[in-house]
Amino acid sequence: MHKKNDFRVLPAFERFISRFQVPLMVLGLGLLIAVPFMGVSRVNIRLMMMILLYAMLGMGLNVLIGYTGQVSLGHAGFYAIGAYANAILTTAYGFSFWEAAIAGACIAALVGLLLGMPTLRLSGTYLTIVTLGFGEIVVMVLKQWDSLTNGNFGIRGIPKPVFFGHELNLPNGGFYWLILALSLLTALACYLIRFSKTGRAFTAIKEDALAATMMGIKTVRYKILAFVISAFITGLAGAYYSVINNGYIEPTNFSFNISVQIICVVIVGGLGTIRGMYFGAALLTLFPQVFRFLDQWRFVIYGVLLVGMMQFRPQGAMGWQSTLPYRLSRGLKKRLGTPAVSAPVAQGGPCDADV
Amino acid sequence: MEVFLGAVINGIALGMAYALIAVGYSMVFGILRLINFSHAAVYAFGAYMVYFFISLKFGLLPAILAAILLSGLLAVLIDQVALKPLRTKASVPIASLITTIGVSFIIQNFLSMDSIFTSEKKGFPSLNLFGNIQFGNLTIQSSQVIMFFTALFLLGLLTFIVQKTRLGLAMRATEQNQRAAHLMGVNVNYVISAAFFIGGASAAISGALIGGYYQIISPTMGAIIGLKAFSAAVVGGIGILYGSVVGGLVVGISETVAAQYLGSNVRDPMAFVILILILIIKPNGLFGKKGISKV
Repeated sequence: MHKKNDFRVLPAFERFISRFQVPLMVLGLGLLIAVPFMGVSRVNIRLMMMILLYAMLGMGLNVLIGYTGQVSLGHAGFYAIGAYANAILTTAYGFSFWEAAIAGACIAALVGLLLGMPTLRLSGTYLTIVTLGFGEIVVMVLKQWDSLTNGNFGIRGIPKPVFFGHELNLPNGGFYWLILALSLLTALACYLIRFSKTGRAFTAIKEDALAATMMGIKTVRYKILAFVISAFITGLAGAYYSVINNGYIEPTNFSFNISVQIICVVIVGGLGTIRGMYFGAALLTLFPQVFRFLDQWRFVIYGVLLVGMMQFRPQGAMGWQSTLPYRLSRGLKKRLGTPAVSAPVAQGGPCDADV
Repeated sequence: MEVFLGAVINGIALGMAYALIAVGYSMVFGILRLINFSHAAVYAFGAYMVYFFISLKFGLLPAILAAILLSGLLAVLIDQVALKPLRTKASVPIASLITTIGVSFIIQNFLSMDSIFTSEKKGFPSLNLFGNIQFGNLTIQSSQVIMFFTALFLLGLLTFIVQKTRLGLAMRATEQNQRAAHLMGVNVNYVISAAFFIGGASAAISGALIGGYYQIISPTMGAIIGLKAFSAAVVGGIGILYGSVVGGLVVGISETVAAQYLGSNVRDPMAFVILILILIIKPNGLFGKKGISKV
């Protein structure tokens, strides 16, 4: 199964990133925090917000696809549930953003649990199909349940979050810092999950579900757990989205295309990595903006990009091997030879654990 | 009663057209275990090719034949260029899934470019060739009759191919066990190409039928219908031809009846409600025999 050339596409770049991981992260974080002070235009701040939002959505789905190996094509459904729960709780019941956002995420997680219990007994492709249907059904319910969701017209006037008496909005950078904080918290949570006992169980299920069962891992329970965590993160991102979209959401904001977009972030960025989610989100959000001069061709080229990526780098732009969680000394690595520890992530090497 | 019957007849006609699309999903899924998202785009491509050839004054039947051929070839091309390399590399399944999504982006956005067909909806020649037929208060459009019998004939033809010809035998063998079929001398790559060709061709026919039924086509016409047809394939039991027909009918009828009595918002997602119910109650679909891999 090993394909050395898959891994050797950008070795110098990969080595560079791996060696200077910590300083690069600190530098990147500093830059990210400082963005609103640097005189960036509102349009670009908004773009940055969308990138971070999609990075967060990507991380949520990544728990499911990247860690546990279960593919969902219905995450727009959880995204919608989080957004609508927040919108309804803040506009109709007067809760604050923080309470409503947590409640929205919890409701999404609960729905994830209810959906996961019967369906995660199905494997692989069938789960994908069910989630695909789930996403469509959520949109239908939103359109149909007029008394609660205002049907096709959507919900207006969703209040902005207030943080210790300061209203967070686009001009004062509050929206930006909010999503930065949320996405970093998500990244931290994903990192912790990844290297916990639960995370190792997820990986075991992804690599070989049968073997995992033999080792005493309750696969169905862990799959449902991954589904619930994933739904929670996605729901939280949805609550944030309902606030930044001019205080207005409607059912068509959560179509199948959003699910596809999220899955593309995960795959293009690098399955099972956290850095990849930021990269993938940036790439896919900026692509249509940067290539404006291509006019209508850019959407065709977007497709070509996806296809080409799968052909030449299926593990994603940022998906390469690190030796975590079992860091090997240089000498040991040399003795083992690189290929042994460098099976591409997408192929599911024995100890792939990228961050 | 007339209203209900009208909805049912409408559903039957649509359901047969869905079944034609579902066959393409079903064949590819049966052999490759892959949800081929590019299939919906091939369907739209087929409808546009019919439109294009008609505008070149080809006449209806030659235009449809040309579109069938081109769509079939397009489907084979997609497989050869984008999917086959992934198979030979033994890539992860999700790589193929994303590839098909990428391909559908390419086709859909190519069709909607201003220099090609523009993203605007286009009028399509009506399929209602012989006017309406009256039974008391019940009106049946001749387009519904044409749709039903065309699809029925084609599905019969496909059943014949799959059940009685050498190609069909090879297909069934490949579906059961690719490796074993290969060892028995079946040219697996040829079989896969044939499955893609048949799928693409029937999608084009369905595109012409549904385009003529609604008298309108758009580059995104495949998006929802593709998902519905896929549901139909799964509901009936994937890889089984008559399953696709029953699945298509179930989806078609439930959708038109639901739209009639519950409002048009319910129309599209009805397929998925049925899909989820079926998958929870009977995961292999109504007629599915194949056990799904369990942990």
